[in-house]
Amino acid sequence: MIEVRDFDFFYGEHQVLHGINLDIPDRQVTALIGPSGCGKSTFLRSINRMNDIIPGARGRGLISIDGEDVYAPGVDVVSLRRRVGMVFQKSNPFPKSIYENVAYGLRIGGISDKRRIDATVERSLRRAAIWDEVKDRLNSSALALSGGQQQRLCIARALAVDPDILLMDEPASALDPIATQKIEELVYELKSNYTIVIVTHNMQQAARVSDRTAFFMLGKLVEYDVTRTIFMTPKEKLTEDYITGRFG
Amino acid sequence: MRHFDREIEHLKQLLLRMGAMVEESINESIAALLERDTDAAQRVIAADTAIDRMELEIDQHTIELIAMMQPAAIDLRFVAAAMKITPELERVADLAVDVCERAIELNREPPLKPALDLPRLARIAQDMVRQSLDAFVRRDAALAREVIARDDDVDRLTEQSFRELLTYMLEDSRNISRAIRLTFIGKYFERMADGATNICEMVVYLAEGKVIKHQHEPD
Repeated sequence: MIEVRDFDFFYGEHQVLHGINLDIPDRQVTALIGPSGCGKSTFLRSINRMNDIIPGARGRGLISIDGEDVYAPGVDVVSLRRRVGMVFQKSNPFPKSIYENVAYGLRIGGISDKRRIDATVERSLRRAAIWDEVKDRLNSSALALSGGQQQRLCIARALAVDPDILLMDEPASALDPIATQKIEELVYELKSNYTIVIVTHNMQQAARVSDRTAFFMLGKLVEYDVTRTIFMTPKEKLTEDYITGRFG
Repeated sequence: MRHFDREIEHLKQLLLRMGAMVEESINESIAALLERDTDAAQRVIAADTAIDRMELEIDQHTIELIAMMQPAAIDLRFVAAAMKITPELERVADLAVDVCERAIELNREPPLKPALDLPRLARIAQDMVRQSLDAFVRRDAALAREVIARDDDVDRLTEQSFRELLTYMLEDSRNISRAIRLTFIGKYFERMADGATNICEMVVYLAEGKVIKHQHEPD
């Protein structure tokens, strides 16, 4: 479980997250929604400390995964990010073959056994629902794949290092409806093995794929509940106004 | 199968389960009436709560499907049809309860002369409800239209049955209370057939996207 307590976040002097409290359960999909600039992506990136690379960025409060504070001194950020994989809005395959894209994380992790790498590549591509489309051209360039395929390849790459958690930052917003549907189906399938946190601008997508939804506005968590409740009977007027398109 | 298709399938299964429960109630209500089986009547009355609960469960599920899945085209028509079919089924089950309540009253008295039209009416109504559910499952608009066409027979039989019962009342005033109860029962079966007709109108909408309610289709 990801536990968040009184978490604040700053870019220099500017506070972008205010006292966030929530528990993200294992093996479910949790969607983060809210208008642009509400802090949802910053929050997502705080979970695996992707914000660390931004100068002047700092967090305060607690984010822990299975009881371990991810901001505690001495935490190995590389192994944290191995455990907490990430998929971005724009698919970013390496300019290498399909196979090498997925094998990359294993190789830099010191694994060189070819059979083991082969097996992991296949398993990851299968789990990312792209195996059938690429199995006959594993050595072709990943850049020749369509946008939707590239995104699923990036998901396979993230899965190859066997993470527990997958963070997805608008993974389908650059894709056409069919490719989007494939990603959504995939997210739905993956939750039986992974904890998924997904940022989306598309509220219908949040409704379709997630078990829980957190609504952020102006750096605050307005409402967090099971998705059904958020979309059928939200408790906060602000949530209702946002999801019914009355602002935002 | 897409996650969404599984949800739709689940909704269909819930409706079928409710349909089976309602059919069972109709069967037992006919036994209560024709075989003077008061136990069967009691069972129908007791089973109604479960059918009511089923209605609530299906309502909840359809609303959730709309909120979470934003169905479109055939999927949307399916969910809309489900929302309108469920209360029809619930009403049919209530009518079966009404039949049973009258049957219990009738079974306390000696039988009136064997009515001819009422059993036929009951069987046709029962058959129409069953066929309306078949048409729904198979999305079969042709079958739905056949069922709708039978509604005229039902109206005719109801009228005939009423006239038959009227003669008993005229014949002997001691028949009046029983004959009135049987008249009510005729009306209940007629309304079950109306429920089947409404379900079939939704099946045509589901299969073809056409609204045939309150309109006369050209032959």
